Amino acid sequence: MKTMRLLIIEDDREAAAYLVKAFREAGHVADHAADGLDGYSRATDGGYDVLIVDRMLPKMDGLSLIGGLREQKVETPVLILSALGQVDDRVKGLRAGGDDYLAKPYAFSELLARVEALARRKNGSGSAPTMLRVGDLELDRLSHKLTRAGRDIPLQPREYRLLEYLMRHAGQVVTRTMLLENVWDYHFDPQTNVIDVHISRLRGKIDKGFDSPLLHTIRGAGYMIRDSAR
Amino acid sequence: MTALGKLFRTTAFKLSLAYFLVFAVSASLVMGWVAWNMRRVMNDQLAATIEAEIKGLAELPGPGGIRRIVDIIDRRARQPGASLYLITNFVGQPIAGNIVALPPDALREPGLRETTYERLGDTDVERRALARVLILPGGFRLLVGRDLEDREAISALVGRALVTSLFWLAIIGAFGGLFVARRVLRRVDAMNASAQTIMQGNLAQRLPVGRSNDELDRLADNLNAMLERIQELMVGLREVSDNIAHDLKTPLTRLRNRAEEALRTASAPQEYRAALEKMIEESDQLIAIFNALLMIARLEAGSETAPVKTFDLSLAVRDVVDLYEPLAEDAGVKLIIDECADCLVNASRELMGQAIANLIDNALKYGARAGEGAPAEVRVSVRRINDVVEVEVADRGPGIPPEDRDRVLGRFVRLEGSRSQPGSGLGLSLAAAVARLHNGSLRLEDNAPGLRAIITTPAATGEATQKQMDQ
Repeated sequence: MKTMRLLIIEDDREAAAYLVKAFREAGHVADHAADGLDGYSRATDGGYDVLIVDRMLPKMDGLSLIGGLREQKVETPVLILSALGQVDDRVKGLRAGGDDYLAKPYAFSELLARVEALARRKNGSGSAPTMLRVGDLELDRLSHKLTRAGRDIPLQPREYRLLEYLMRHAGQVVTRTMLLENVWDYHFDPQTNVIDVHISRLRGKIDKGFDSPLLHTIRGAGYMIRDSAR
Repeated sequence: MTALGKLFRTTAFKLSLAYFLVFAVSASLVMGWVAWNMRRVMNDQLAATIEAEIKGLAELPGPGGIRRIVDIIDRRARQPGASLYLITNFVGQPIAGNIVALPPDALREPGLRETTYERLGDTDVERRALARVLILPGGFRLLVGRDLEDREAISALVGRALVTSLFWLAIIGAFGGLFVARRVLRRVDAMNASAQTIMQGNLAQRLPVGRSNDELDRLADNLNAMLERIQELMVGLREVSDNIAHDLKTPLTRLRNRAEEALRTASAPQEYRAALEKMIEESDQLIAIFNALLMIARLEAGSETAPVKTFDLSLAVRDVVDLYEPLAEDAGVKLIIDECADCLVNASRELMGQAIANLIDNALKYGARAGEGAPAEVRVSVRRINDVVEVEVADRGPGIPPEDRDRVLGRFVRLEGSRSQPGSGLGLSLAAAVARLHNGSLRLEDNAPGLRAIITTPAATGEATQKQMDQ
């Protein structure tokens, strides 16, 4: 993942300082704006890959800020952080022009993975190619055919969607909640970790019998598909 | 404000005044109309009498006619209660009649008019009369008239009646208005007083309700119902916050103990690391519990406004089953779905999905241990019964004894034997809250052996379905 430039608009200084530090450690550049107006003017100047916006801010609340940016044709991806974390709150946030939503409290690994996914979406302009490749694994998005090293691998529809999402984010950490949201369209936390079972089943199909594994578990964060040979 | 100013400002006063004005104007109009009509009728009658008399006189025939007329008038004028007569010659000298004085030009033009006059034997009193002047051959002028005293008397009577009645109307109106308005306002004041006490924090107080079931009573009834609801919500909120406080203390204590223990006993960095990782895990658990509790509270208060749309519940259930399928297979449980062809509902897919996921989760956790000889299977059935769509999750596990079935729907209730399994004890309460939010219910029944958890929700009406299709 190349270095991202991030703007964190958050009025809680301690939380913001923690985020700035954590993103730096992850190899990114993060600026901080402490209120809505400051954040708005900095965001319009542009140059950021992703904005991380708190829902409740002094001087200008998060949703107005996003609405204002979108009106000014500033299309920088926005991740909304909110202490509310209710279904209608998320819907409102996305409707206002946010691209992703994360309820507080969250794990930093979750935030990092989501921000990286947003930055990737911004830079990878347009739609994904019809043929997704990771190492010798090839997924044809038109025929839904999967081959590894030329060998056909049959996929269930849900496995196809899971793998497609992982391959579109190849080289990036994808968390369990991201999978649940994007593949199943659920925003709740299942009591049992059902995603792990789906992943291990998928892994059985694409990695079993091959020398180098492609689907990796990232401890404490999620999963990543990448060509480990390179 | 003075007492008088206060009185002017009361609704009672304003209402009485307005009613009085309306009554006064309409009473005047009615009486005026009556008086005017009476006058007209009387005038008509007088004119007719005069006309008849004058016609009789004028038709007296031939030569010597004037003489005969004079004779007749002379005779008639002497009778008591006679009409008014006057006949003059061509120079205007009176020849006969009972009128002594007239306005100067009263006789100049022929026709019917009102005039003043003085009567023979009663001079110096000016009276009014309706009279007709007729010009006879030879320059003689004949006047026949009737006195207007009766008519004036009646007009005066009506006028006095109007004034008197307005006076009494004002008095009765003022008192009546005040009386009625004060009765109403006293009740409004009573309501205001109760509202004050309620605002000061006594939420148990209610507004007084009368027995007449009029608008005020219905208003009070509705306000009382509103207060009832507010109180219910307040109590509910208090209960929820008490529960949250109580139920979160246990895991918080555990978290704290773990930190303390690590500080006390750990020595190597990897031991600290392990303790910290464990603590993050427990924090996450705590957050999950907190979120679930908050969600249940919001669902129960009806303040969760998840987007609602019309969708096929059967498909939504298939998605959830699909999510749990690999898990079931790993646990060696057969997860079967009986789908439904006609199960559109108007609901939040997200919330219903979560509720059904909780039920399946439970069934896999507790129903996987097969009962005596029963196969380990979880059957999820979606069906429509009249206007209700049901989702049943049936397992073959040990089930729940009938006496515990209501209890397990409460928060944090975990039965003996289930504590070894991970879980918060909130899954069923959340499912029940979701069902209630959708005007449905969650019930637990015996599956002999095993448990059947049935969540119901009203089927989407044809109208809503149509709407969805139109979009």
